Amino acid sequence: MDAWILTLVTFFPIVGVIVLLFLPKERETAMRWTALLTAVITFVLSLIMLAGFESSDPDLQMVVRLTWFSIGDLHIEYFLGVDGLSILLVLLTTFLMVLALLSTWTAIVDRVREFMIFFLLLEVGLVGVFLGMDLFLFYVFWEFTLVPMYFLIGVWGGERRMYAAIKFFLYTMAGSILMLLAIIWLGLDGGTFSIPDLIKAQAIPANLQFWLFLAFAAAFAIKVPMWPFHSWLPDAHVEAPTAASVILAGVLLKMGTYGFLRFNLGIFPQASVRLAPWIALFAVIGILYGAAVAYAQKDVKKLVAYASISHLGFVMLGLFALNLQGLQGGILQMINHGLSTGALFLIVGMLYERRRTREMDAFGGLWKVMPIYAGLTLIVTLSSMGLPGLNGFVGEFTILLGSFGSIAIGSEGFAILAAVGVILAAVYMLYMFQKLFLGPLDNEKNKRLPDLNRRELLTLVPIVILIFWIGLYPRPFFGLTEASVEKVVQLVSSAAMAMR
Amino acid sequence: MTAEALFSLAPLLILFPLLGLVVNIIAGRRLGERGVGIVASAAVGLAFVIAILQFIALRMDPSGATIHIADWIVIGQLEVEWALQIDTLSVTMMLMVTGVGGLIHIYAVGYMHDDVRFQGDPSRFPRFFVYFNLFIAAMLLLVTGDSYLTMFVGWEGVGLCSYLLISFWYEKGEDGIGNALAGKKAFVVNRIGDFGFIIAMLITFWFFGTLTFEEVFNEAEAMGAGAVGAATAITLFLLVGAAGKSAQIPLFVWLPDAMAGPTPVSALIHAATMVTAGIYMLVRNAALLEIATVTPDIIAIIGAATALLAASIAVARFDIKRVLAYSTISQLGFMIAAVGIGAYVAAIFHLVAHAFFKALLFLSAGSVIQGVEHGHHRADSHEEHFNPNDMRVMGGLRTRMKATFWVYLIGALALVGIPPLAGFFSKDEILADALLVSPAVYWVLVGSAFLTAFYMGRQILMVFFGKPRSKAAEAAEESPAVMVAPLVVLAILSVGGGLINSPGLLPLTHFLEDTLEGLREPEFVAAVAAISTLLAVLAIVLAWLVYGRRPMAHDPVRRLGSLWTAIRHRWWVDGFYDWLIVSRYISLSHWLAEVADEQFLHDWVHDTVIARSFVRATNWLASVLDLRLIDRGFDGLGALTRRGAGGLGALQTGYVRNYAVAVFIGMVLVVSYLLLS
Repeated sequence: MDAWILTLVTFFPIVGVIVLLFLPKERETAMRWTALLTAVITFVLSLIMLAGFESSDPDLQMVVRLTWFSIGDLHIEYFLGVDGLSILLVLLTTFLMVLALLSTWTAIVDRVREFMIFFLLLEVGLVGVFLGMDLFLFYVFWEFTLVPMYFLIGVWGGERRMYAAIKFFLYTMAGSILMLLAIIWLGLDGGTFSIPDLIKAQAIPANLQFWLFLAFAAAFAIKVPMWPFHSWLPDAHVEAPTAASVILAGVLLKMGTYGFLRFNLGIFPQASVRLAPWIALFAVIGILYGAAVAYAQKDVKKLVAYASISHLGFVMLGLFALNLQGLQGGILQMINHGLSTGALFLIVGMLYERRRTREMDAFGGLWKVMPIYAGLTLIVTLSSMGLPGLNGFVGEFTILLGSFGSIAIGSEGFAILAAVGVILAAVYMLYMFQKLFLGPLDNEKNKRLPDLNRRELLTLVPIVILIFWIGLYPRPFFGLTEASVEKVVQLVSSAAMAMR
Repeated sequence: MTAEALFSLAPLLILFPLLGLVVNIIAGRRLGERGVGIVASAAVGLAFVIAILQFIALRMDPSGATIHIADWIVIGQLEVEWALQIDTLSVTMMLMVTGVGGLIHIYAVGYMHDDVRFQGDPSRFPRFFVYFNLFIAAMLLLVTGDSYLTMFVGWEGVGLCSYLLISFWYEKGEDGIGNALAGKKAFVVNRIGDFGFIIAMLITFWFFGTLTFEEVFNEAEAMGAGAVGAATAITLFLLVGAAGKSAQIPLFVWLPDAMAGPTPVSALIHAATMVTAGIYMLVRNAALLEIATVTPDIIAIIGAATALLAASIAVARFDIKRVLAYSTISQLGFMIAAVGIGAYVAAIFHLVAHAFFKALLFLSAGSVIQGVEHGHHRADSHEEHFNPNDMRVMGGLRTRMKATFWVYLIGALALVGIPPLAGFFSKDEILADALLVSPAVYWVLVGSAFLTAFYMGRQILMVFFGKPRSKAAEAAEESPAVMVAPLVVLAILSVGGGLINSPGLLPLTHFLEDTLEGLREPEFVAAVAAISTLLAVLAIVLAWLVYGRRPMAHDPVRRLGSLWTAIRHRWWVDGFYDWLIVSRYISLSHWLAEVADEQFLHDWVHDTVIARSFVRATNWLASVLDLRLIDRGFDGLGALTRRGAGGLGALQTGYVRNYAVAVFIGMVLVVSYLLLS
């Protein structure tokens, strides 16, 4: 079982795709159930993976490694493995997929079959990105995710969906080209595409690391997105259908931060140390810029999109603190952001389904008609702005702590400025909450809005449970990542020693 | 029972209120108002019992205990646990919080019954008590947390409850949004304070290697002179936090607006408990303050300045609750100043005494407001914008609301510091200490005390004396027993509260000695007591001369001219902040969003520079190289997706194909270069 579980987690959604292809056209409910069940089974499979995971082992586990094809001496492998850096992201993906599919039940009525197929294919790509341990294989998965997301936005999106889809596609692919060049160089130079082997070898001289770091960073920074490469994100979010937004913000952006963590820190540790202050600078600008711009938005989805830029700035700041607290916080914050922003997009989607608008001015006083919805939104809002006791705070605080004392970043100023972002988060999140839920209920169209139905509750409640769980008792989550993170920290600090 | 066994009950302190709120969330609708009220009040009552048990345990074992519940954040050296610290300081606070809190819960059962009806939404009754219980739980965590970080959970938790309760009637207030804005303002201003708290924690951790109070203080003591710089920096940032939560200069502006919340909220959160958290937190850090160099002086200056500034503003308020709000800010200033001059026990003493009489005053004010509101409804007057908080529509309530009048009077005299009421002893201890340490602080505080007596005299005279100035006041009626009973208990505490640290015996000083080391025993200075009493009486006489004899068409103090204008406009502080920070941040964020992000990055950089030149370049490439094969390949792919997804051909706009061509050529070139070289 051990040897095949990762393959199953990655490719099981294909089974759903095949079933969907053979379902008769008019059986849309069956299609929905097929997709949902597939996602549920994939989630269960990922839990089985979790059960077999040995958290004290910092290395790759449940490895499957076969030669796929060879070019001369160079082997390209089918190489999957999971460790502390990726396991939470895999679980986040399979978890959010289920909830995102639940949210499509009444929202997606056009071309249900195609939607479900693209959605399940997207899951294959995402899980593959996190599990693929051969650079070539990783790249295939990486680019593969673009295709279904492109169609999800371009076909089921809003009015300017074509523009947003193409922009999304081009932007992220443009970054990938440089990464591809660097991957090819690495393979030819090191004689292997195996990521753990490349990390172990540490054979790249410092000045070369610098350029390769930048080539990888080009792909990842656009994906995160880091300021100022974020221009595609608000467009993509505003046009994407709810479920795609959930996955886009919840998981797809984490491909970028994960990439930095796995490749830049692992293969180019010296360049990471050298560039840490610069990354921290851009991260902090992103935190403050995203927060300020979010406050000026009129469309809820756009507000949440800019808030994402701010939150991911925190993740980047934590990762490049290059110490235990910063990295642990950064990884946890990826999950936290996936949960809270995923939930926010679900929440916005529920409103959009009822009113066909996301303009905040169209609302106000909704608490009166939709108290359950308001209560759950409040919890998610507070999680997103980092209220202690909820998940966001644990991540944010450890990130601030790590970056404040980070030797690599070298100045407390970054952490202090990032902490200003905590104030600004309260400003825009409470502004959003007020515009939607507080004030008089004076718009006639809002007076009879129904509160959440059972299916909608089912999509939000699991996230809320995790929000409390991580906020109050994050130990199991930190425990999963700790060993692998310690290994990264050791790697980076010995690289830093070597530089002196 | 052994002390140890009693200490181990401490987690119940927080568990009971949490249980209460869970029951009311789940079954609130079915329980009815009485049931909800009983559940919520009983939860706090049980917590009070646990607090008493902790007190008893401390009598057996004065060294206290730390109760570990679970790990929280453990990463490397960072080890933060969910743990409760039971010592004399935290027990003093928890007795006050659960005791006063319990009384206010009972009062609120009566108050909210009418309030939800006046405001037109009886279904909101249970929600109020859910928030109230949550507040008690958070406040107890704040005072018992054994580390900065667990304290911070309570710290922001009470802030959240404050936000929710200020905007409880979120559809009311100015333009229907006033209350919601007041809540948001409170939260955001408090977050500025929290920023200071967070930075203080970051410095603490990287300097001392821990966030647990006891370890930090031991470490600081061991380091001696080496810790001076860090202690100074940490306490300065903590002061920012305290200024936020305890409404001190420059962050006091949120508290007056917070009066938008129902009156029990003002009494519990914005007078007796939450706003004193800043003082508690600073006293908790006495060990660092003793080492720090500049901080104590700054704390004393801020406290004294706030005391005077707020007292002056209170003189020109017409809203009964706003007078009390500024009075609270002023009294918090007294406590902060006490911390600054090292009179930690005096600060805690005044904190507890103030909790008694200020809760009493707010709740009595609530009784007055509802009395007038009832009168308004009975008189059936149809004034459009009737404001039951406005003291100008009151007058003569002494005869219509006898019980309320007497308890109000007791509260006011206790606040003013007339012997032998609670405020006399507690305020006097601060003044006596101030005279020893800093005469300047002493005189500023004495001036504030004089103003306090004046504005309280003014308020009593405006509300209760003279003739009723409206139909509503004429028809006002006394509040029900469920509201009056807690008032009587608080009145008794306001009278006898001075015994907590009566001169000579000093029970509170001796009690706190077990937690705070090196306390000096306060002396009772007869001259200080005489001067303050004399000034208080003088101020009341002055108030009588000004307000006691004529009807209140115009406030006679207007004659002060520009000084009146200044205090009427609250020294323009709010306006100044709006101009300096709020409006600038709003225009900055709009400029960033519209100009920098939308027009520059989005429209120009992306759509013009990148997209257009890309299309041009690829068009040129495609036309020059005319790769039929690739074209055909991609057309085929397009057709395939068309068939597969139905109508997806619309995506074929040229961009993607051109782009694919470019990518393909690039890849071929690069790979061939790498393989050949």
